[in-house]
Amino acid sequence: MNSEQINTKKSRPTIVSDGACVELGNDLVLDDVTFSIDQGKKVAVVGPNGGGKSTLFNAIVGLLPLANGSIKIDGKNPQEAKSLISYVPQKDFMNRSFPITVNQVVGMGLVDKNTFFNSNNRESKNKISTSLKSVGLLDQIDTNINNLSGGQFQRVLIARALTQNAQIILLDEAFSAVDVGAQEDIMNIINKNDLDSKTILIATHDINNLEERFDEVLCLNRHCCAYGKPSEVLTEKVIEEMYGSHSAMFKNHTLNSHGETND
Amino acid sequence: MIEAILEPFKYDFMIRSLVTAIASGTMLSLLGPFAVNRNMGFMADAMAHATLPIIAVGVFFGFSISELGVPASVLIAIFLGFIIKNTNIGEDTAIGIIFSSFFALGFVLISILDVTINLEDLLFGQILAVSTFDVFIVVGMCLVVLGTMIIFYKQLLFYSFDPIGAEVKGLNISFLNYLFMILLSVAIVASLQTVGIILVLSMLLIPAAASKLVTNTFNSSIRISIVFGVFSSVTGLYLSYFFNLPSGPSMSLVATSIFGLSFMISKIKRVKT
Repeated sequence: MNSEQINTKKSRPTIVSDGACVELGNDLVLDDVTFSIDQGKKVAVVGPNGGGKSTLFNAIVGLLPLANGSIKIDGKNPQEAKSLISYVPQKDFMNRSFPITVNQVVGMGLVDKNTFFNSNNRESKNKISTSLKSVGLLDQIDTNINNLSGGQFQRVLIARALTQNAQIILLDEAFSAVDVGAQEDIMNIINKNDLDSKTILIATHDINNLEERFDEVLCLNRHCCAYGKPSEVLTEKVIEEMYGSHSAMFKNHTLNSHGETND
Repeated sequence: MIEAILEPFKYDFMIRSLVTAIASGTMLSLLGPFAVNRNMGFMADAMAHATLPIIAVGVFFGFSISELGVPASVLIAIFLGFIIKNTNIGEDTAIGIIFSSFFALGFVLISILDVTINLEDLLFGQILAVSTFDVFIVVGMCLVVLGTMIIFYKQLLFYSFDPIGAEVKGLNISFLNYLFMILLSVAIVASLQTVGIILVLSMLLIPAAASKLVTNTFNSSIRISIVFGVFSSVTGLYLSYFFNLPSGPSMSLVATSIFGLSFMISKIKRVKT
């Protein structure tokens, strides 16, 4: 994504977290998390295991209540903003042994609590086809999801989000168990013009190439360590704050250098 | 040939049995693909076994098994759902505890209350003994299960595949969970006279498992499962009539044979490709 593309995006805040705290049992998993994400931004959410990435996503979609603070989606509480968000949870939480087709999964983007019977009208079929075309999988429309690769499956889930026509797309661990080529495919789709107005958050462990891939990065380790442009916020101090004693692993990682030592 | 096919239906009890077999076969094999793909076999087994104490108490107060069907199903589904949701001992463990303790309680109650229940019929089914009232109840339950599944198919499919995604989309997943549990329980309780507590699982899971082997889409696996389920029920009934075999086990073995055949077909297909 080039800087011109980034600058032309609207800068209306769409996800605003103000001191958000989430407790799981007696554990404060998110503590005073504050950030404001503008519409159309592509944001990487990074941090260690247990750093609160999935918890933050769950709070944004209203699956977890806040112990303190607030999260607003286009000025609304998460519970009232469900139609604005499409959430792709970690693949482990989906029943991939279910022998359903790509068409059925993408069609789920059109299912809500008022959807009854099993019919797809022409408009629905068109939306499904258009979404699949956007992710380059129209030829797989009748394929069983068991026959897809990890990368293709993620693209199907992105197509589901497009069918829903959600303004915000949250992808939890979209790059896990996906090879580098498939990661690039996913990023190419996300950075396509027709997704330009959509705010997309991707939780990822991979802190390489963030500047090339994302507009902004949200660094989490139970609290917000930093938020902003990757080139500005991914400092040694922030990385140490996120990964603690393991930060040595990233000591020589900079945006253009990934671990070369001076020895 | 046609005469042989029609011969059993000179008798009213065989007509009643046939209608009951078709209704049971349809609703169990319709729910089967969901149960198979959600790994709910053990849950279904627990539902069947948990009916025993309710039947014991109901029969003690003068109710028939058919009359007890709907309240027993709802009670079991809600109770099982509640226990699983509100304990942190693990789903399988919770189901195992309910399964064994309710079954034990059922036997103890039958003994204490001194009720007259033919346990062999209850455990293995006795479709030839169904009354006209039983037929109406089973067909009624079948229509309710069929209608509800048709109406909520897309929501149940979404919930079964991606419960978190479904919840975020605003689907009432608690309602969908209990709805499916109640439908499953209704189908199981309604089929107790057909195949009994022990064998009801075979009619729920085997046609669905066989269909999964011969097709790779969920919609067609439901259609094929129903065909297998109804075929197993009706063929089992014929075998029972012509060879004087117990009806429930006959149906179960026909279903198993279909599974064996499907297994071989799927293997041959794989080798060819």
